[in-house]
Amino acid sequence: MRVFMLGWEFPPMISGGLGTACYGLTRGLDHAGVGVCFVLPTAQRPVQPHIQTTVEFQSPGEVTVNVAAADGTPLATGAQRVVPQEDAKFEHTDFYRLDAVLQAYASPDDMTVCDAAMLDGSLHELLDRPALETDEATANGPVDFGAPQSDTPVTVAQAATAAVEAKAQSAPAEKPQPTPSDITFPGGSVVKGTSGVHYEGDLLSQVFRFASLAVDLALTEEFDIIHAHDWMTFPAAIAVARATGKPLVVHVHSTEFDRSGEHVNQAVYDIERAGIHAATRIVCVSHLTRNTVVHRYGGDSAKTEVVYNAVEFPDNNEETLVPIRRNEKIVLFLGRITMQKGPEYFLQAAKRVIEKVKDVRFVIAGSGDMITGCIELAAELGIGRHVTFTGFLRGDDVEKIFSMADLYVMPSVSEPFGIAPLEAMRHNVPVLISKQSGVSEVLTHVLKCDFWDIDDMADKILAVLRYPPLQKTLTEHTPFELQKLSWDDSARQLQELYQQILTEGA
Amino acid sequence: MASVVFYFQVHQPFRLRRYSVFDSSHNYFCDESNEEILRKVARKCYLPTNQLMLDCIREHEGRFRISYAITGTLLEQCAQWMPEVLDSFKRLVDTGCVEIIGETYFHSLSFLYDRGEFRHQIQLHSDLMEHHFGVRPKAFRNTELTYNNEVAQEIEDLGFETILTEGADHVLGYRSPNYVYNPPGCNIKLMLKNYRLSDDIAFRFGNKGWPEWPLTTEKFANWVDRINGNGYTCNLFMDYETFGEHQWAETGIFDFMHTLPGAIMQGGKNDFLTVSEASAKYPAAGEVDIPRMISWADAERDLTAWLGNSMQANALQEVYHLHDAILRSGNPDLEHQWRKLQTSDHFYYMCTKFFEDGDVHKYFSPYESPYDAYINFMNILDNIRQRINA
Repeated sequence: MRVFMLGWEFPPMISGGLGTACYGLTRGLDHAGVGVCFVLPTAQRPVQPHIQTTVEFQSPGEVTVNVAAADGTPLATGAQRVVPQEDAKFEHTDFYRLDAVLQAYASPDDMTVCDAAMLDGSLHELLDRPALETDEATANGPVDFGAPQSDTPVTVAQAATAAVEAKAQSAPAEKPQPTPSDITFPGGSVVKGTSGVHYEGDLLSQVFRFASLAVDLALTEEFDIIHAHDWMTFPAAIAVARATGKPLVVHVHSTEFDRSGEHVNQAVYDIERAGIHAATRIVCVSHLTRNTVVHRYGGDSAKTEVVYNAVEFPDNNEETLVPIRRNEKIVLFLGRITMQKGPEYFLQAAKRVIEKVKDVRFVIAGSGDMITGCIELAAELGIGRHVTFTGFLRGDDVEKIFSMADLYVMPSVSEPFGIAPLEAMRHNVPVLISKQSGVSEVLTHVLKCDFWDIDDMADKILAVLRYPPLQKTLTEHTPFELQKLSWDDSARQLQELYQQILTEGA
Repeated sequence: MASVVFYFQVHQPFRLRRYSVFDSSHNYFCDESNEEILRKVARKCYLPTNQLMLDCIREHEGRFRISYAITGTLLEQCAQWMPEVLDSFKRLVDTGCVEIIGETYFHSLSFLYDRGEFRHQIQLHSDLMEHHFGVRPKAFRNTELTYNNEVAQEIEDLGFETILTEGADHVLGYRSPNYVYNPPGCNIKLMLKNYRLSDDIAFRFGNKGWPEWPLTTEKFANWVDRINGNGYTCNLFMDYETFGEHQWAETGIFDFMHTLPGAIMQGGKNDFLTVSEASAKYPAAGEVDIPRMISWADAERDLTAWLGNSMQANALQEVYHLHDAILRSGNPDLEHQWRKLQTSDHFYYMCTKFFEDGDVHKYFSPYESPYDAYINFMNILDNIRQRINA
């Protein structure tokens, strides 16, 4: 069995649940002997990381081995086969980087009217119009194709498949241009692509460029099933499914309702909905997310399953930092500082806590679009002296802050899963999580509160600060909690799901 | 002749209200839910079961005999909200076929922390029994059958003649729970729960996955018959809420109980005795040495349901630590509140042993998690500390 997986950068290249989940699941599948053709977009260096996202890029943790596929056949233009530094840990996985600049957790806020129109048209075509005929599709996929009408706009799928056909007619011996391994992004918006074509670097056009390149690659790869992680890869996944006729699994790690509350971006919602409806099966990271998929996207509940995220269990020989002795207790918020994560509730609760105890510091680690607002709020509440904003933390600094923390709080307004509390638990830090998180479905030895219940949140924070036996009992049970959540188990569930789909389709 | 000794534990705690660290009220208990639960349990269990027991006693003309340990906290609740329950217990005691067993008024673990408080609560309970039922208990059972040699010695010193505990395998070894024993160096009689037969009724009766389901009175009477030649007593100790609450009426538990006395006494081989009657009738078959604390809880039959994690240890220690300061305050209301906080249920709610499995611990807990139970309890203690400047 081989999976064409459209995923995201692994940590530490990217921090956040999406990359961690892609890594964990792929590792798990690899362990189980499932072949994975892992396709990811080109990482973009955020121009102003401290206000944009917590996505972090280090020096490229990979080397470009060649421009050909593993079996020696030339790769499609715009694709690189890469070997991650972690490669030693993978036996059945090939990695390909496509020359489309996307980053996880990006927001389409800067999308233009033109983008929206283009998107709308493309999406419409993608879903409602039959794909172009290809050998692959004729053999395996739904028939009933027609040639593209010259007067209709060229859609992603059409463009992609047309490109494939054109290529098939040209000399196969022609080698694609080698791709420079170190691409610079002048201004962060205009990028020189490997094919020599300039293209706009805005989000949605990149989403569709990614789709087009993915189809090219897919037609040169052998696989049984397509698996796509979150909306930015859905158009690519749909296009690949169309072009190849292979079954599609979409994996919903978060929805537009989680990210934007009720102010959903219609274009993003449409892409998510399209993915959910085009999929043979939908995987959700929690029942919370499954409800959203079924009730707000009209997902077929019979096709929608839950596979929980997990956490890497700490190695015994992992070096643990000695906590720094200090006379202040530390309550930690670590995550993107966005509406979804509820940082303002954390600050409101902090104010209530400080009414009772003074020797406490509230640390907000991360970056995001609400950071300025949060700094102002802390000042307004008169608790500035007790609040520290660290900005985005990486590597050792994350380890250090965890080793200092007395409590980790995740007050998320809407959290499809929430891997961060598991990371905190790995560092032996007790956690307080909002009941509005998917991870609260699987964790029992943690404290829970409603994100809006400031007093309850403060009550629980105070209890941890004042009663060491609470902290002790919580952390004593942590190993049992973490053992329940292994990536290998999650991957096994995926494997069973794939098997089911292939059996049904056979 | 095998004598069946039924002993029922009848208890309700005063559950705490949600008490945040920001609260300052001196009212710590949730009257609303306590009354609601009492009314529900009375409707499903106490009233129909008391009537059933009364019917059995009358039908068998006094040959059906049973024993109860009724906690002070339950009787307070009955007096306040459901006096008809109290009256129905009085009618039972008035038949002369019902024995009242002594215990700590507040169903507490005070023996472990404060012997003075322990003796005081037993005294309070005996006084309450005399007040309501006109009898002073002669037999004793400690909270949830918690027991060791020291408990027995202490209880003998207080003048009790019999003490009950769990017939745990790890203390009995090859010996049978169906005899009466002495604790080492004591004259007080020790009676041990036959947990297999007790739990067949209390836990397994309605379980359709149990190979012996459905349990008929004939089958059960046959098991009791087998004790003949291997012992004198069949000690069936259980929560009274078994009837109608743990085993719902739909399981047929009431019909079972109604026909059981007849089935057991049929053939004239067996009879029913109260705890003290059995203890007086049968000689001690030897000594049972129980140096470590046992109880009737969970598979472990130890204290870990109440004292298994740091939170429980801390909460218990803190509540007993207040003893002197509470007495010095000279505030009888506060003293009574403090004692109601000693009820073992509050610590049972903090148990993390089986939290994952959503088992009985979770079923009985008014809290979403053991951590919430601890935080709530500690917030209340904090308020009390402020009141007495401790």
